[in-house]
Amino acid sequence: MSVAPVRSRIRGVVGESVERPDAVAKVKGEFQYGSDLNREGMLFGATLRSPHPHARILGIDVSGARRMSGVRAVITSAELPTRELFGLMKLDQPVLATGRVRYAGEPVAIVAADTAEEARVAARAIAVRYDVLPPITDAVAALQPGAASLHSKGNVIEDVLVAHGDPDARADVVVEGEYELAMQDQAALGPEAGLAIPRRDGGVELHVATQWLHEDLRQIAPCLGLPESKVRLVLAGVGGAFGAREDVTLQIHACLLALATKRPVRMTYGREESFYGHVHRHPAKLWYAHGATKTGELVFVRATIVLDGGAYASSSPAVVANAACFGAGPYRVPSARIHAVGAYTNNPPTGAMRGFGAVQSCFAYEAQMDKLAAKLEMDPVVLREKNALRNGDRIVTSQPVEGSAPVAEIVRRCADLPLPEMEIPRDPIGLPGGAGNLTFGEGVRRGTGLAAGMKNVCYSHGFDDFSTARVRLMRDERGPLARVHTAAAEVGQGIVAVCVQIARTELGVQRVEIDPPDTTIGSAGSSSASRQTWMTGGAVLAACREVKAELLSRARRTGRSLDDLPALLEEPIDKTVTHRHPDTEPRDVNTQNQGHVAFLFAAHRAVVDVDVDTGLVKVVQVATAQDVGKAINPLAVVGQIEGGIAQGLGLAVMEEVQLAEGKVRNASFTDYLLPTTLDMPTVVVDLIEHPHPDAPYGAKGVGEPPTISSTPAIVAAIRAATGRELNRVPVRPDDIVFGAPYRSGWRIRPGDDPRGAVRA
Amino acid sequence: MKLTVNGDEREVDAADHESLLTVLRERLGLPGSKNACEQGECGSCSVLLDGALVCSCLVLGAAAADREVRTVESLADGDRLHPVQRAFVDMGAVQCGFCTPGLVVSTYALLKENPEPSEQEVREALSGNICRCTGYGKILEAVQRASAGMYGR
Ligand code: FES
Ligand code: FES
Repeated sequence: MSVAPVRSRIRGVVGESVERPDAVAKVKGEFQYGSDLNREGMLFGATLRSPHPHARILGIDVSGARRMSGVRAVITSAELPTRELFGLMKLDQPVLATGRVRYAGEPVAIVAADTAEEARVAARAIAVRYDVLPPITDAVAALQPGAASLHSKGNVIEDVLVAHGDPDARADVVVEGEYELAMQDQAALGPEAGLAIPRRDGGVELHVATQWLHEDLRQIAPCLGLPESKVRLVLAGVGGAFGAREDVTLQIHACLLALATKRPVRMTYGREESFYGHVHRHPAKLWYAHGATKTGELVFVRATIVLDGGAYASSSPAVVANAACFGAGPYRVPSARIHAVGAYTNNPPTGAMRGFGAVQSCFAYEAQMDKLAAKLEMDPVVLREKNALRNGDRIVTSQPVEGSAPVAEIVRRCADLPLPEMEIPRDPIGLPGGAGNLTFGEGVRRGTGLAAGMKNVCYSHGFDDFSTARVRLMRDERGPLARVHTAAAEVGQGIVAVCVQIARTELGVQRVEIDPPDTTIGSAGSSSASRQTWMTGGAVLAACREVKAELLSRARRTGRSLDDLPALLEEPIDKTVTHRHPDTEPRDVNTQNQGHVAFLFAAHRAVVDVDVDTGLVKVVQVATAQDVGKAINPLAVVGQIEGGIAQGLGLAVMEEVQLAEGKVRNASFTDYLLPTTLDMPTVVVDLIEHPHPDAPYGAKGVGEPPTISSTPAIVAAIRAATGRELNRVPVRPDDIVFGAPYRSGWRIRPGDDPRGAVRA
Repeated sequence: MKLTVNGDEREVDAADHESLLTVLRERLGLPGSKNACEQGECGSCSVLLDGALVCSCLVLGAAAADREVRTVESLADGDRLHPVQRAFVDMGAVQCGFCTPGLVVSTYALLKENPEPSEQEVREALSGNICRCTGYGKILEAVQRASAGMYGR
């Protein structure tokens, strides 16, 4: 049975670069993002946030705010319909601070008013009396026995031990190091935004820019005191996400205000509030020891990793697990002990960001691999090739890597990509400092570095991971048409194009339309963990195959040819399928089992010019080889890779949410620096396509690996250029000029429980 | 106050402190110009004011009185995309698209001034437009394609 003759006429199928279905609306300025939503008679919401990272609330006086012009509702924790808490993985976060605030920026009260300005002014007029408490801002300190408890069960959010092989393994050569990563912001350009519309049945409809409609629904409904059936979510246009929209931000607040006022309410965060409103990437402190034979075979990896979860858990448990599971990298390691702990502190909450725990450990283990190569006097590329995971090898959780694991190939192909033609330029514009004209090149050194990384795709550790798709094949006056309905959040990554391509390929129909994602269909899971192509792509594929089977049976029954689609589609065909990947196992004590579905691998090579006098860095080129399984839309795959590298570059040399005593010091794009066209180098991409047998068309997912090993590659290049240790990112000019390495102030033997740390 | 927006004379009531961006988005029903930072740092709000490229979030609405504003909404001719827009679509320069209207307007302004910019000139000209999704590679290619499209090369 084949529909090949039909398919051959179809353009824009799987494997071809296609135009995104939303691209035209986006270039015309017509695409409707969350912050563009409008309704007749709508009110505007605003949030009052705590200025203190840790305090008891003694009293809140809203009387002044209530009397102000245009104000329609003021809600504090006293007016909430329920005492329900929310949270992605633990219900630990109050909708509005109740008696206590745990981070600077925590919502304390919300206001709805006729104009955005009136709402903001009224929120500021709410008088809160605080009893300020000392904040805990060092995650290692938070874990020590004497530390004040920030939550009823103490300050440990999650504690994951990976114990593999021989705990007493000895090696000829050992290298140790301690590392730190600062807090990174996702900095999606579209601010958090949503519009809540009260319904006649007492329920509410929320249009919101999010990564996961159904998970929002699960958290929102109980906090409103409503059954899920009375809350409907519709995806508003999403201006980038990168993990920041995995958590609830303004969703519950907007709904509460709409229900209280019986009017539509729009909430939009400004940039500053966005920095307080969403979770960030976990800052991390890591202590590592690597042991190897004289000839460079890895013998053991020992590591202790402390992740700062901030005031509430968010997705910290899974981030901690990832940091531990992938803590040895894409290498064969016979013995490992990796102890990762996530701690509650009074810093802003942290959660999902592209790379999700794998970013933190990769920075450390790749620095370690270079140290080891130096000590062994080996080429770092050869050391990596020698230890690279191969198909069937077990990672440190004892899970074999199956399907596609071309690590040595990735490393070699990346290392062999053409280097930039240009020598260190003469013209200052091309040198570090650029238009600042800071050098004529006297102090500029060039360096090259390489790093490789790995991560899981899809959800792990027994989570019931699924996506639902409905595919309808019909005809209208213009001929056959397929409609695809899923709840998958298009956040920029291009899942809408993937769904169109799959439907075209499977059904042999040119016209495919995507229905707006909402909660009237089953969950698609989150647009995260590089999983939508695998999961929602897989669901669309399965639904299309059911549609096709029905088509074929109609053809058989009626004796018509498949080319006679209009006749076969007198009645539309409508199939809904829920797609699951093979089960994974929940974590056991030593994290030694089949916890993950499959693994993603990439390698990056960076070339940098560094001005050793000013400490400024110009990244000249990043080259990458990545195994994507199969590129469904190659143009978009390259776009994901280049964009992910930009975020890795940001973490390497400029991006840091600066905290002082728990308060964000740089909550603006003026002070939080993002890579621009002048910072991003040329990127050379080598796509490797070894199809994974369980994935649709073999496509493994693309989004995260570019952000994982690009950071350590760039830092390795800066080390090569300067000889500095550079064990902290982002690398600051002072780190280069003065060369003082980062020191955590704690003594921990790599692999030990951080709860036994002593002050250095 | 009165101003000309995309060729039409418009009259609008705007509070003194309101930015041109807010006036466009909230008062004139033109949300195409975006509001990513409202601090002059990202370029997502780029418009042409009397032909000059500005960040509309940094211009007071009142300052646009009796002047001419062009926004992203004016570039396409109905269903026919402007060559800059076409190039952004074709070259894969659009992901989430939040930066796109600003980049399209900035690119248009650049290519009006300089029909065949070098790569370095493009990088300089667009350095005020932040894109968090693409890493700029496809955007730089789109600008070159747009230059060819606009000047029929
Ligand atoms: S919104 Fe105007 S520059 Fe960012
Ligand atoms: S496409 Fe998302 S910010 Fe540029």
